[in-house]
Amino acid sequence: MCLGIPAEVKEVRGHVAVVDFGDGVLREVDAGAIEDLKPGDLVIVHAGVIIERLKGREAEELVRNIQEFIEELERRAEELARLYGLPEAGAGAAPVGGGEG
Amino acid sequence: MTWYIRLWKFVTLAHGAGGKETEELVRNLIVQKVPPELWKVGEDGAGLDALDDSALIPLGGGRYLAVTVDSYTVKPIFFPGGDLGKLAASGTINDLLMAGARPVAALDAIVVEEGFPVEDLNKIVESYVGTLAENRVALIGGDFKTMPKGQLDGIVIASMGIGFTEHPIVDRNIRPGDKIIVSGYLGDHGAAILAAQQAVGVDLGVESDVKPLTDLMLPLLDRYASYIHGAGDPTRGGLAMLVNDWAEKTGTVIVIDEARVPVRPQVKEYAEMLGVDPLSLASEGAAVLAVAPEKAEEIVEFMRSLGYEQASIIGEVYEAKDPRHRGRVLLRSVTGGVRILEPPSGEIVPRIC
Amino acid sequence: MAEQPAGMGGVPGYRPEASVLRDIESMLRSRSLVERIVEKIKRLAPLAARRVGQTPIKIMDFCGTHEYTVTHYGIRSLMPPEVEIVAGPGCPVCITPAYYVDVMIKLSLEGVRVYTYGDAYKLPGSGRRGRDIRSLEEARAAGGDVVVVYSVLDAIKMAREDDKPGVFFAVGFETTAPATASPVVAGIVPKNLAILNVHRLTPPIMRYTFETHRDNPIRGVIAPGHVSTIVGAKAWRFVVEEYGIPTVVAGFEPVDVLLAILEILRQLAEGKPRLVNEYSRAVTWEGNVKAQRMIEECCEVVDAAWRGIGFVPRSGLAFRDKYREVDALHQYGIKELTPEEWRYDLPPGCRCAEVTLGIAKPTDCPLFMKTCTPGTPYGPCMVSSEGACAVWARFGGGGLAEEIARSLGIM
Repeated sequence: MCLGIPAEVKEVRGHVAVVDFGDGVLREVDAGAIEDLKPGDLVIVHAGVIIERLKGREAEELVRNIQEFIEELERRAEELARLYGLPEAGAGAAPVGGGEG
Repeated sequence: MTWYIRLWKFVTLAHGAGGKETEELVRNLIVQKVPPELWKVGEDGAGLDALDDSALIPLGGGRYLAVTVDSYTVKPIFFPGGDLGKLAASGTINDLLMAGARPVAALDAIVVEEGFPVEDLNKIVESYVGTLAENRVALIGGDFKTMPKGQLDGIVIASMGIGFTEHPIVDRNIRPGDKIIVSGYLGDHGAAILAAQQAVGVDLGVESDVKPLTDLMLPLLDRYASYIHGAGDPTRGGLAMLVNDWAEKTGTVIVIDEARVPVRPQVKEYAEMLGVDPLSLASEGAAVLAVAPEKAEEIVEFMRSLGYEQASIIGEVYEAKDPRHRGRVLLRSVTGGVRILEPPSGEIVPRIC
Repeated sequence: MAEQPAGMGGVPGYRPEASVLRDIESMLRSRSLVERIVEKIKRLAPLAARRVGQTPIKIMDFCGTHEYTVTHYGIRSLMPPEVEIVAGPGCPVCITPAYYVDVMIKLSLEGVRVYTYGDAYKLPGSGRRGRDIRSLEEARAAGGDVVVVYSVLDAIKMAREDDKPGVFFAVGFETTAPATASPVVAGIVPKNLAILNVHRLTPPIMRYTFETHRDNPIRGVIAPGHVSTIVGAKAWRFVVEEYGIPTVVAGFEPVDVLLAILEILRQLAEGKPRLVNEYSRAVTWEGNVKAQRMIEECCEVVDAAWRGIGFVPRSGLAFRDKYREVDALHQYGIKELTPEEWRYDLPPGCRCAEVTLGIAKPTDCPLFMKTCTPGTPYGPCMVSSEGACAVWARFGGGGLAEEIARSLGIM
């Protein structure tokens, strides 16, 4: 229901922050709903308002968190499948890759 | 077709947005009033029956006169990468080229609001005439009018183009097996205009791609005219409108591979931020072709050698296996799932949901 | 910082520093990863179905943006026959009562400038198609003063510049409420701008939805990610505790949604429903406490009307008396809708309410793509780009895309 777009904070001016959505467009958004906002923070913007800060400032950390979630889930799914006596699946051990082009 | 226009009390911006509503209004409010025998001139001519980029009038001996007319309005009038004058000249030239014709002459009709700065008018005309001249297109006539302040917002240019061809490209010749090719990045013009309209002091780093495609299309027509079954420039309504139009006219199914469609990353991000589909954004300097499969790779290579480095094959035309599938466009998304690519509908407005 | 992906070098305006976000995005849209998770979904789905004793397993994507992801990326076409994804009531535009649209149309035609998000611009009120002015879009064509804005800040800026009396049409769920609350609490709304507060709350309508599905229960819930950034994952505890339904708070990329489906199937196969937060990069257990406090400061929770559904207890926000100077109801003497006065506000024949609650599919409605199309919407679900009907219309929901793909031998 709610389009939320990730963005990077470039500048904070009191109630207002300037963010980059990754398209090079700098936009003023309402920063009133976030404590201690700093340039460099990665945030989610909805309807011109920053609604939350992304956890983990570094890309590597964010990517790692997602990878861990995926691998853990896959592992459990496989365990479950084995438990029910389903044959081994082909994939599984390959590391989680980025986008392909 | 259902007569949708009666469902509207007033003409809205959606009717002029170049999507489904425009098509419905044109077909139902205009075309229907013209007796079918007057839809075109000559047995093998093309007119309202084809609703193509240009109309074709047979001259005998295999030659055709190509004629097109369009009115141009854009806000802001001066935008990153161009202005209203360049837009009008390029649009006119491209509509002729997309019919396989060599552009020869243009006529213009300019309507200006009282109080419009003469300096701005001068710049626009300079740009219009300059673009025509660079492409060796004559300006052979026109009209100029002023309307009282408040009765028109700024300026509107109507521009008519005339060209000749021996190998007309009529979209109804598109057939199963044809490959769909685009000449370059899509949506630059639409994104640049939206950015200029939506945000203050915004630098998208993307300029409108507005330009005549003479340097691409004339060499292509010289070499490959008989292999090009369809050509169009994805202006208002973007690629989504164009390929839907093709599929509907030919009763085929067109499949587009999203991962192969060249869209600049920042155009994609910007469109996503506003909640609009980049495939519905206008290009004013890109061509989409439907070509015979055996020549597709060669044509792409040739386009690249002409400086259109992003030229790519993005899809294919299929025969509909079921009558209900006729006229549909299927899009294989970047994840591998499929969905229908509908023609855009309604005015493009930013959304929050 | 990661290197520029191939093919983007030399693109004017391309900013490598923004590639953090792009890395995540490309990972979560990656075809190979999608295929891997889909393969696991296909393995677990039969187990889950056997354990639940129901085929297909009905999983509800509560949020309109999830439905958009599902349809836009063709995720239904990747699902095994045991999994059915149904859309929930997560479109705030579709459920905004016709009464408020009528009020805004009237104001715009009386010379008050109406500011609206693009989403509510085409939303029909109670007017009859072709006879009355029934949306703000039509009101503008008829000379009404209507301005589409991206944010309240844009409306505030415009109102300051031109001094015209104006009203902002504040639709939306908890996610959008801070956009309204923040400038109100900060006291930066100019005197000539009032706000019509029709914000609605999601947990009460989710509860209402479950009650309507008693005969054919929902077996899993993909909980709304961006609502959850505000209300916190804890808001969905009741789904697991009271209804025993596996619940996953999920992000909006295709991989996010697929992971949520896989997690739900896993829980079903194990027979242990839990609340899991897949979208932990943005959502915490407690939510955005500062935003919650801002909303609480200027708004109170009230019983509120939902379009085609009626009044749902404690499911809406209204300005507190202290903030009545920004309240359009007060400034313009607009009567608030009451349960006694609420009338069924969908046009005859429209099944939007059932579609909203996930009881009917858009293709079950006899008007769908006949007289109700995105260009000429009859019911509200065809209006918002997130309304289930509009999404299905644009992306060919209802299995047509899969059918065509199979007939061409490309799937």
